Amino acid sequence: MLRSRVIPCLDVADGRVVKGTNFVDLVDEGDPVEMAAAYASAGADEVCFLDITATPHGAETIIETVRRTAQNVFVPLTVGGGVRSTADMKAVLRAGADKVAINSAAVQRPNLIASCARLFGSQCVVVAIDARRTASGWTVHTHGGRTDVQVDALEWAARCARLGAGELLVTSMDMDGTHDGYDLALLESVARRVDIPIIASGGAGSPDDLADALRPGRAHAVLAASIFHRDRYSIAEVKEHLASQGIPVRRAA
Amino acid sequence: MTTIALIDHGAGNLVSMEQALHRAGADDVVVVDAATGLTGCDGVVLPGVGATGPAMRTLRRAGFVGALRAYDGPLLGVCVGMQLLFDHSLEDRTDCLGLLAGEVRAVEASPLPHMGWNDVDTLASMGETVSGLSSGPFYFVHSFVPEPSDRSIIVGTTTYQADTFASVVRRGPVIGVQFHPERSAEGGLDLLAGFVDMCREVARAA
Repeated sequence: MLRSRVIPCLDVADGRVVKGTNFVDLVDEGDPVEMAAAYASAGADEVCFLDITATPHGAETIIETVRRTAQNVFVPLTVGGGVRSTADMKAVLRAGADKVAINSAAVQRPNLIASCARLFGSQCVVVAIDARRTASGWTVHTHGGRTDVQVDALEWAARCARLGAGELLVTSMDMDGTHDGYDLALLESVARRVDIPIIASGGAGSPDDLADALRPGRAHAVLAASIFHRDRYSIAEVKEHLASQGIPVRRAA
Repeated sequence: MTTIALIDHGAGNLVSMEQALHRAGADDVVVVDAATGLTGCDGVVLPGVGATGPAMRTLRRAGFVGALRAYDGPLLGVCVGMQLLFDHSLEDRTDCLGLLAGEVRAVEASPLPHMGWNDVDTLASMGETVSGLSSGPFYFVHSFVPEPSDRSIIVGTTTYQADTFASVVRRGPVIGVQFHPERSAEGGLDLLAGFVDMCREVARAA
């Protein structure tokens, strides 16, 4: 039986895992390779790096981090942040990433999704959608949630799937950082519109929030950052809880 | 000294497979982008990245089609690399290597790709022919699957919703796995260690 996936996400800046709010007051949390390896051995089903480097040498730094991670971590690695072209995507894949998440560049040039899917296969093209609630639904935001591009998030999700995205990483900008749970209505609405897997993101505060997101008709995977940091919850604890809720998960050996 | 050739067909992540083969006991892993690179190796891995059309174009241009048809040592095809072993794929409507008889078809389920950790159910008669299969679940990410004409090559099957498909095949020294052993944690490394052992034994016997 296909298991629901639990994916810890690490924010990486200049080759270090950082934590902070709205890209300010970043605190150094450790080495991304060590942290990814620790998550993998604890039973993470995949690991995700979100590169938030704002310096000119950011691209080279994340490539080196990906290379070192691929040498040490044997679960799938998704890398997002700063990928703007098929050449960028190829560089990240060749360094050892399995999937690449594209966001702002895809919104600006939707055909990038199709080009990447054709060249590398849909399976490695993840489109990250940052959505914020409006009176009537959700709109897509770019640049870390700062820019409302006035595009309906559900229409955009459907278009991404048509263009060849292999997976959608759906982040609720409203819930992100609140620890009050995922935006379940957003997940259900996206799931009704597309026929590709959905990763829920934004708002996880407890194992119960993950369970809610993984119920049928919602997400196929859950991404979470802060609940795993500094061992607030272990991957094993989270999976124990998901299993107790009848959600199929892979248990670490 | 066990040397494994890892075929580079142009797209995607080779680093993971290269490192995983080292972890699995290969003394040397050579990434080859031309058929001449296969000379002297003890085993060949056809990795599972990219899409079928572009992958076959690259293999054809680099002379791998003839070389792999002539090669009679251990060969492991992974994911798309497994699919390339068959006659033809409906992905990109592409003629493939034809080392195994059958066609590659779309998975009949939703959503696609079939993405994540899933089981391999081994067939009693064949399960022992590929070692490490009891170490699952394994990580899958694919939308197509081979439909072998000769059902006797099927070692294990996987079920995603209502579709049960061949996820592990073997005919002689040719093995195909639909999942990614290099992305399947310790269980995947067990499977690769079995393949490396097989390469070592074949080399020793030669």
